Amino acid sequence: MKKKPNYYLYIGGALSAVMVLMIIIGFFWTPFEPNAVSAATKFAMPSLSHPLGCDNMGRDIFSRVLEGAGTTLIISVSTIAIGTAIGTLLGAFTGFYGGLPDEILMKVCDAITAFPSILLALVLVSIMGSGKYNIIIILGILFIPSYSRVIRGEFAKHRELNYVKNARIMGAGDLRIMFVHILPNIIPVLLPAVTIGFNNAVLAEASMSFLSIGVQPPDPSLGRMLSESQTYLFSAPWYAIGTGLAIVLLILGFSLLGEGLQRRNQ
Amino acid sequence: MKYIFKKLVSLIIILFIVSLLAFLAFQVIPGDPTTKILGTEYTPERAHALREAMGLNRPVIVRYFEWLKNFLMGDFGTSYSYSLSVKEMLAGKLPITFVLTAISFTIITVISIPLGILLAKFEGTWLDRIFTTMNQTIMSIPPFFIGIVLSYIFSIVLKVFVHGDFVSYTVDPVKFVKYLFFPAISIAIPRIAMTVKLLRSSIIGEMDKDYVRTAFSRGNSRDSVLYRHVLKNSIVPVVTFLAVTIADIVAGSIIIEQVFGIPGLGRLLVSSIFNRDFPVVQAIVVILAILVVTVNTLADIINQYIDPRIKLR
Repeated sequence: MKKKPNYYLYIGGALSAVMVLMIIIGFFWTPFEPNAVSAATKFAMPSLSHPLGCDNMGRDIFSRVLEGAGTTLIISVSTIAIGTAIGTLLGAFTGFYGGLPDEILMKVCDAITAFPSILLALVLVSIMGSGKYNIIIILGILFIPSYSRVIRGEFAKHRELNYVKNARIMGAGDLRIMFVHILPNIIPVLLPAVTIGFNNAVLAEASMSFLSIGVQPPDPSLGRMLSESQTYLFSAPWYAIGTGLAIVLLILGFSLLGEGLQRRNQ
Repeated sequence: MKYIFKKLVSLIIILFIVSLLAFLAFQVIPGDPTTKILGTEYTPERAHALREAMGLNRPVIVRYFEWLKNFLMGDFGTSYSYSLSVKEMLAGKLPITFVLTAISFTIITVISIPLGILLAKFEGTWLDRIFTTMNQTIMSIPPFFIGIVLSYIFSIVLKVFVHGDFVSYTVDPVKFVKYLFFPAISIAIPRIAMTVKLLRSSIIGEMDKDYVRTAFSRGNSRDSVLYRHVLKNSIVPVVTFLAVTIADIVAGSIIIEQVFGIPGLGRLLVSSIFNRDFPVVQAIVVILAILVVTVNTLADIINQYIDPRIKLR
């Protein structure tokens, strides 16, 4: 029987690739200077030169969206890097050795994941303060449990498999077995977790900036733009729509990609 | 009964740990509340006197138990910024967020369970495919953006809803509930998509089991197998998910309250974080934590009632 093509993977991959490419171009070049104020283009409708229109100060929304999405991308990627790295290490050791540390870690992870992450993030912000770097650290910490749980489960499963026993007979040490033998086999499980984590990071960052306790000016942010755009919903609805759609497309691309990767594993 | 008892014991232990963490978290913050309260009138002598009066010079563990005792008696401390009792500040806000959560949760349950069953029934047809694709897209829309789009459509284009026209429940309960409808929908929409997806795949997964084949072989119709046998088993993960959903609705309401200008718990939390008004933040966090833990325990108990095979490990 012919295998059904994995549309989720293709569409999600293409959409994420286009979004990320646009953001990367946005780091070096934007159609207009994102902070250039102009009275002539105040609340300009979307047009060929301003694809998403202009905001209350006549700034080109498309350029600002690119710049804001850039901040979001940097924060999300850093968050995922912290979460995956520490989560993988924790999960690898506890899953491989088991015992009491394993039980304790899993209980702690259960407790943390039971709470809505935005709530925990708010608590941490109230303790540590806001700003770009604090947000990265805070979200990074909050993402550790979900990764260590996935990785731990896989390590506990693979520990008993024959190829690991084989490697042990051949004299491989624990560390070598964990990171040279088991880890590459786990990557298919880790990848969807990373893309889903990326989604949650984008959403969390946008939500926090929307509440103005995330990224602080002058750093641009999609969440804050969206919250500002609400004031002009009557006179310039395209401001909110364009900014919001950028967030949606960024999340949608990676959500489809994650779903596609998961289906490929099954 | 034994299950419920054990669950309740572990609930109390978890609540104790949560309260300890919530207390300690706000002890490690650099800076001292006296600086905030005294403001420009700050002198070292006055600060020392105030610390003595507030009991801040005593050991942490003593202060924790006193705080816990007061908390259990309903005394949540005094706000740094407004010198009001936190209890008073929360009193008017809690019902607003509670009603918002209740409306949203009702919408989610009433729509997603029938829809999930329907899609599982029509698995593989065009109806199922359209909805499944739509679901994946809807899940990716953040509630605050849905809120903005809804308020644009219904308040600016269709003019059936006045954005910002919030009325307290003490003034006009009907208008109050009406105003909360659109915020509730905004939170509910992505959650409905997730619940439908979970229920659909849970039912489809259950349909392959041996007992289902047995039920069919005894001559049961498809509907009777679905409603009498399969649904009971496939609803278990959904109950757990809905419990998590309640916590997420409350968290989502923090953001939605900003979008629709609702003076609920979320707005108070955000403004207190801004003002570094820690007694208020602490009280809200502990109350929400109690809610999350209790709802999860409740879900476990309901699940054990639905499926008695679930035992404590």
